[in-house]
Amino acid sequence: MKKAKQIQHSKPFDLLSEELVFIILDLVAQNPSDLKSFSLTCKWFYQVESKHRRSLKPLRPEYLPRILTRYRNTSDLDLTFCPRVTDYALSVVGCLSGPTLRSVDLSRSFSFSAAGLLRLAVKCVSLVEIDLSNATEMRDAAAAVVAEAKSLERLKLERCKKLTDMGIGCIAVGCRKLKRVSLKWCVGVGDLGVGLLALKCKDLRTLDLSYLPVTGKCLHDVLKLQHLEQLLLQGCFGVDDDTLQSLTHHCNSLKNLDASSCQNLTQRGLASLLSGAGCLERLDLAHSSSVISLDFASSLNKVSALQSIRLDGCSVTCDGLKAIGTLCVSLREVSLSKCVTVTDEGLSSLVVKLKGLRKLDITCCRKLSGASITQVANSCPLLVSLKMESCSLVSREAFWLIGHKCRLLEELDFTDNEIDDEGLKSISTCLSLSSLKLGICLNITDRGLSYIGMGCSNLRELDLYRSVGITDIGISSIAQGCCHLETINISYCKDITDKSLVSLSKCSLLQTFESRGCPHITCQGLATIAVRCKRLTKLDLKKCPYINDSGLLTLAHFSQGLKQISVSETGVTDVGLVSLANIGCLQNIAAVNTRGLSPSGVAAALVGCGGLRKVKLHASLRSLLPPSLINHMEARGCAFLWKDYNNNNNNNTLQAELDPKYWKLQLEEDIML
Amino acid sequence: METGEDDLCKNNWGSASILDYEMAREDEEEEPNLHVFKASSSCQDNNNNGGQASVDFLQGVKAQAWDPRTMLCNLSFMEHKIHELQGLVHLILGRNGQLQDEQRQLVTADLTSIIIQLISTAGSLLPSVKHHNMSTTAPGSALFPFPREANNLASQTLNNNGGASQELVLPKPIVGESHEMKNEDDAEEGENLPPGSYEIKQLEKEEILAPHTNFCTICGKGFKRDANLRMHMRGHGDEYKTPAALAKPTKETVPGSEQMLVKRYSCPFPGCKRNKDHKKFQPLKTILCVKNHYKRTHCDKSFTCSRCHTKKFSVIADLKTHEKHCGKNKWLCSCGTTFSRKDKLFGHIALFQGHTPAIPLEETKPSAAASSQRGSSGCGNNNNNAGMVSFNLGSATNANQETSQPCFMDGKISFEESFSPLSFDTCNFGGFPRSIFDDSFQMLISSACGCSPINGGDGSVSDTSV
Repeated sequence: MKKAKQIQHSKPFDLLSEELVFIILDLVAQNPSDLKSFSLTCKWFYQVESKHRRSLKPLRPEYLPRILTRYRNTSDLDLTFCPRVTDYALSVVGCLSGPTLRSVDLSRSFSFSAAGLLRLAVKCVSLVEIDLSNATEMRDAAAAVVAEAKSLERLKLERCKKLTDMGIGCIAVGCRKLKRVSLKWCVGVGDLGVGLLALKCKDLRTLDLSYLPVTGKCLHDVLKLQHLEQLLLQGCFGVDDDTLQSLTHHCNSLKNLDASSCQNLTQRGLASLLSGAGCLERLDLAHSSSVISLDFASSLNKVSALQSIRLDGCSVTCDGLKAIGTLCVSLREVSLSKCVTVTDEGLSSLVVKLKGLRKLDITCCRKLSGASITQVANSCPLLVSLKMESCSLVSREAFWLIGHKCRLLEELDFTDNEIDDEGLKSISTCLSLSSLKLGICLNITDRGLSYIGMGCSNLRELDLYRSVGITDIGISSIAQGCCHLETINISYCKDITDKSLVSLSKCSLLQTFESRGCPHITCQGLATIAVRCKRLTKLDLKKCPYINDSGLLTLAHFSQGLKQISVSETGVTDVGLVSLANIGCLQNIAAVNTRGLSPSGVAAALVGCGGLRKVKLHASLRSLLPPSLINHMEARGCAFLWKDYNNNNNNNTLQAELDPKYWKLQLEEDIML
Repeated sequence: METGEDDLCKNNWGSASILDYEMAREDEEEEPNLHVFKASSSCQDNNNNGGQASVDFLQGVKAQAWDPRTMLCNLSFMEHKIHELQGLVHLILGRNGQLQDEQRQLVTADLTSIIIQLISTAGSLLPSVKHHNMSTTAPGSALFPFPREANNLASQTLNNNGGASQELVLPKPIVGESHEMKNEDDAEEGENLPPGSYEIKQLEKEEILAPHTNFCTICGKGFKRDANLRMHMRGHGDEYKTPAALAKPTKETVPGSEQMLVKRYSCPFPGCKRNKDHKKFQPLKTILCVKNHYKRTHCDKSFTCSRCHTKKFSVIADLKTHEKHCGKNKWLCSCGTTFSRKDKLFGHIALFQGHTPAIPLEETKPSAAASSQRGSSGCGNNNNNAGMVSFNLGSATNANQETSQPCFMDGKISFEESFSPLSFDTCNFGGFPRSIFDDSFQMLISSACGCSPINGGDGSVSDTSV
């Protein structure tokens, strides 16, 4: 009836059915501000929008009664922006959207107790997913309350350190429909709890037991689960060969096994783990204690359908890699990050048969030279992602070949490499490239960047950290060609001026802008970004000395979506900082060594920004701020980081840091130390 | 030196009940005895008679311990023995003290044996104090005028005359029991001695239940351990303070003990598996095992645990062991069953549908306190109090099925106070069986939730006011 009335009044839309509007809303929903303006169009639109919306991510728990009254069909409630969720708030959630609610995320919230959870569990009868991670004070009594949510299918309890087997036992008995359970870092839970979970919840698909003090004993029960697809055993030191010895299972459903950092698991135990998992697709053996030798690789013969393997941080031999390449020809993803022992020969023999390889991570494999990269380029034409940070021996020609042979590349990480403009030119032919990291590539110039700007129109992420050969010209060609750019890092590119910022303001989708240590950037450039890039969420202005209050005032006015800002070592004063309180979403402020700040100004800003979660301040402010204020902020869910830089020793740090050669020397000295 | 006393003591024990098994051997071992007495031709007959008579007497004792006729028989036996003694003394007189050394020794040995038999028979004449006196009829002080001498004599006899000593030898474990109290308890399980490879002894009920087995012959005080008795004896005179008198009687002092069969014990309770007449008889290893077995299986459990008032024990040591653990580390199931070990509880839960681990309610209190700490140091107290109240509400609905709020608090407190395995099943958290509580539970919870915003209202105010 109400609807009919509405239609009478709003003549232009009387032909529109609700279903049609819903379809339109589905398309509009990608941008929150669009949705906002849609619902403000007329009363009917407002009502339709509130009927349409399913998921909510409120910024303040105080608004919960109002927004839940407005959005009665809420099924997903994400409370990660609300650090302080009281039992009252949870009971409000239970009462207002009880039957419709299907998923609640409380992973970043605290100050609720078992009582609130009980309301939630009892009122929200169709609750399917609940994330209680980081509830470090949660005890078994609260877990017993969670067990009242009978229809629960997905449960996350990461870092609930005070939970014991008893609590998990209650959940296992109460929530029989559980499909995905994460117990990562629940260090109080042992074999008994996990064993009972596996016995009682037969539908389990995913089980995360990372860093639990479990042994192989409970795995006997776990691997009997008929539907188990994913098993994560990262850092389970109790899982060893002896307890896995008598393991006989036929867990053909198992697709994903993470046995990384299992220090006591060697080839023998792994063989018995893999023996019954013939359909395994992903295997993670990162930071394994054993050497990936020929023998070790031979235990992989049972899992020939393997599609992805991670051997990060392992010591691998040439024979081992060769055997992996021969045994698992269907591999699509290989990660050898930080495997310092990988040689050209090993990598070449691995990839030579892997025609279908999609992703390769050889970060920090410093021994690799151009030969193996040439082999990769030649034998893996389907490569989508290549991460090769710090492979500094790779010659310039190899990059040219990569761009030439692997046309499907989407993700490239060439941080700290010898790539030059010619390499960039060849890479610019990869039309679907979306992420390109060129940090500390000292050989690239504006010319190379202009090739990218012309070729890669789908680029979303560009990292030019300390690539000092870049000037405004390069940035403007990127801004012109890559209109989908979301993330750009031009930190320490010392020649960048406001012109770059003006050109970048064309990229209206820009979300993350990092211009740390750019001495020529001023508030005018920042203003253009603030005005035109409405989606800006992360901003790093550290060590930009010409940024001052006027810049922040514009930001406070235009960038209402800003969540994170760093104004350390800038010319910002109290006025600018206090003006930031105007930004409702702001969660993270860093303001260290900002000389214009007074304790009272900081205090005013802190009180003003209601949603703050993390504040980085100079240590001297700790004693200057009233303790009651600090207590109050902490009670609101804000964490303080007190930094104590000794800036007095060298006043020309910025100058020194801007010199790439000097910086690299410093870095190496630090590493040596 | 001191062994004589002990051995005599054993002898008396033996005569009380266990001698039926000794008999066969005694008959055989009479022979060397006879042989020796043949050498001392004159006293041969007497002694032989005496030996025979003692056997008869002992059999009589065994058959009917409380029969007045037996007592009469005993008295006549004593009379006979006294005559015998007189004869011996006359003999010495007749020879006019000119006995050969060897002969004198034999005569003294004879004297000793007769005196011992006299004493033991006299002891068995008193039915009411049978055990007490029987067990301690040390020939030492009270009954025998020259205790040390007697001991010397006895030990001499033992050393010189194997045959005579065999008669005196008695089941060692009776003494051993007092020294090896704990470690042999229940150790007999799994022992598979072929029947016949050991000899079976059976103590009577009264002996098993006797609180003390060692008695002071001077003041009559009873002791559980032989060592304690020896310590006590020091107070009665310097002669008990010699190292020899204080030393622990060792097994080596019993000649021929190596050749002896392994001893096993039978429970006097008819029909018990530990009774020697049972088809699948399983012997008990030591006297202590007999005592513990008899008390545990065939006696009332008179010791009640002062903590849980549930568990009862007949052996006080069992009670003490239980009290150490009572109330601690109780692993509870929602059905009210308690387990001492977590894995047992989880095995139980895995086995039964609907059973769930019960979180002890004490734990909810710290969690609420923790949440208030965690909530805030300054501003959140109000709200957290509200939370606590409402939580009590939630749990108390489960537990006590009450509705008004002050009662919840009361109910909760009293519940926590009365927390014990006994009362737990009626009011445990989570409720069992669930199906019974489900409807009312849901309803009460919803009512709790309905009023919760009022409770939490303070909280929201405090939330925004800061």
